[in-house]
Amino acid sequence: MDFLNALVVFLNFVFIPAAAYGAQLALGALGVTLVYGILRFSNFAHGDTMAFGTAVVILVTWGLQAMGISLGPLPTALLALPFGIAATAMLVLLTDKAVYKFYRVKKAAPIILVMASVGVMFVMNGLTRLLIGVSEYRFDDGERFIINVRDFREWSGLPEGLALRSTQALTLVVAVIVVIALFYFLNRTKSGKAMRAYSDNEDLALLSGIDPERVVRMTWIIAASLATIAGTLYGLDKSFKAFNYFQILMPIFAAAIVGGLGNPLGAIAGGFLVAFSEVAVTYPWVKIVGYIAPWYEPSGLMQLLGTEYKFAVSFVILIVVLLFRPTGLFRGKSA
Amino acid sequence: MKKLLLATAAGALLAGAAGAEEIKLGVSLGFTGPLESMAPAMQQGAEMAMKEVSDSGLLMDGSTVVSVTGDSTCIDAAAATATVERLIAAEGVKGIMGGMCSGETIASLENVAKANGMVMISPSATSPALTTIEDDGLFFRTAPSDARQGDVMADIVMDHGIETVAVTYTNNDYGKGLADSFANAFEEKGGTVTVNSAHDDGKGDYSAEVAALAAAGGDALVVVGYVDQGGSGVVRAALDTGAFETFVFPDGMVGSALEENFGSEIDGSFGQNPAADGPGRETFLSMATEAGFDGSGAFSGEAYDAAALMLLAMAKSGSSDPATYKGSVMDVANAPGEEILPGELAKALEIINGGGDVDYVGATAVELIEPGESSGTYREIEFKDGKMEIVGYR
Repeated sequence: MDFLNALVVFLNFVFIPAAAYGAQLALGALGVTLVYGILRFSNFAHGDTMAFGTAVVILVTWGLQAMGISLGPLPTALLALPFGIAATAMLVLLTDKAVYKFYRVKKAAPIILVMASVGVMFVMNGLTRLLIGVSEYRFDDGERFIINVRDFREWSGLPEGLALRSTQALTLVVAVIVVIALFYFLNRTKSGKAMRAYSDNEDLALLSGIDPERVVRMTWIIAASLATIAGTLYGLDKSFKAFNYFQILMPIFAAAIVGGLGNPLGAIAGGFLVAFSEVAVTYPWVKIVGYIAPWYEPSGLMQLLGTEYKFAVSFVILIVVLLFRPTGLFRGKSA
Repeated sequence: MKKLLLATAAGALLAGAAGAEEIKLGVSLGFTGPLESMAPAMQQGAEMAMKEVSDSGLLMDGSTVVSVTGDSTCIDAAAATATVERLIAAEGVKGIMGGMCSGETIASLENVAKANGMVMISPSATSPALTTIEDDGLFFRTAPSDARQGDVMADIVMDHGIETVAVTYTNNDYGKGLADSFANAFEEKGGTVTVNSAHDDGKGDYSAEVAALAAAGGDALVVVGYVDQGGSGVVRAALDTGAFETFVFPDGMVGSALEENFGSEIDGSFGQNPAADGPGRETFLSMATEAGFDGSGAFSGEAYDAAALMLLAMAKSGSSDPATYKGSVMDVANAPGEEILPGELAKALEIINGGGDVDYVGATAVELIEPGESSGTYREIEFKDGKMEIVGYR
């Protein structure tokens, strides 16, 4: 019984939140790693691309809601996703034409592209705020819970409750679908193979008749889709606020680098690793320990770090990985 | 300039002749800065009291009262100190209605007012630090200390039969001050605070904070935050994970947004915010409307009361000298004596001139407790069926 209680507390406060957060980070890190692997620079504008995409999704969601269209128990935002992806893809393609292409043709050093992306980040920052404003928006509708605390307590008879929000489950399901689709695309389709060839060796790919501009375009479209999906899931699960998307850029980069920049599998592993570390390190374990080992009475909360230091965790992981395994856990490309 | 000199000379002559004088009161408020939108209504509240007294002609053989304003900026202690210095040294004021914010008030009180023996009555500084400050009997306030709110909140929680709580506060002076004063009061009354931790405003997700609070446990969660900020985020996350079902809301959280955000999910939760009740407030509001400003603005009534108290104290002691009248402030503010509502300052002056006692009630039900601050009336609220209901005053 006590063991069950401990398990429920662990699921409720550690596993479920961390898994959903990890999936969001993984999707974001996939976009970063893809751009790095194929276009060969760290795209600092990725967080704000997510914000822009989510803002469009929210606006379309409001439009759909006003027209009385809904998805029943699922959030209406899922219907609005394609519109958001299309708008974001347009925006990043335009950005590529206006900014990145110039440096790519000149074969500029990666650091110049990185700096250019910082500039793009600030422009997108402003664009998103012009579009939707700086306040906090909640746009989830439909069923809020799959498992409700009160119902769970009644059903199980345990004193501890378990909640599973529909947005958390949705995040995981969508993330799995997106990842499967992406890996199928990269490994099984001709375009995907062309992209990987271009990533491995640009000149050889050119010789074998691969159109580089087409590869670049596809990369941006996929990155924009991943960004919009990740951003929308994050916004559905928590809430949309333009500034928060700037903040999760750090954990996303940590995830991509920890997994090995340029390696999609690494990005996913990195996302979950960062998320679970953040939650586990800032979680006070006193309650779980109390259930498993009632004879041991700790004086404190058994919390390694205060929750204020959540973001510091990703930096520590980043530094440790860069020190001991600079190419990341999954052997990505090192810059 | 010449005219001013002439007028001053004439005024001095007049004062010498009749015993009446023109009393200048300093109004030191944050006319610029983070609370600039509140300052005008406070100034007008104070000036309304001065005008009422001047028009009656009953203060010390027909003395008149004029205000001299100064900008305290609310956040810049150096600027506030300079302002108060100017009001005292250059303008020759007989008392200061101000300052506005706690930090600024502490600085000008310690650096200028004490050195010059000047009385300061603040309408809006609520920091508990001002209760214990060494003020030579010169400082009063018509706003209650947050220490008082912490005490009231502890009583309310106790009365609900809750003995262990977790506390989370917004990471600033207001949050920390109130959370600490509550925790102290609650533990003194025999309650247990399992954890007292901060949350930062403006985050997307508070599940980590709530996980920590839940691990510490408690029968209720005290949310010392802002309803439009992290406070609501914490409540949301706590409800979603089932960490807490009962919440305690102090003034920063009590607002209609709570009903909109949570509805019947927080039934049984309760809280309090400062609110003077009674006839004084109604009278003050209609007087303000007549005078052409909005009396419902925060601390406008407190400003009226601050100015009125100062002037009644002068009448009581028969002197506009701060060193003399500072001893009469508590006297006119509290029982025994005739109760005085806003608009009855003339009546109060008549009673005082006739040698009687007054108990100033004013716009905000003033009751000064040692060492010279408002005891504070709080409105207790509770959530029932998704609605916020007023259940009483204390």
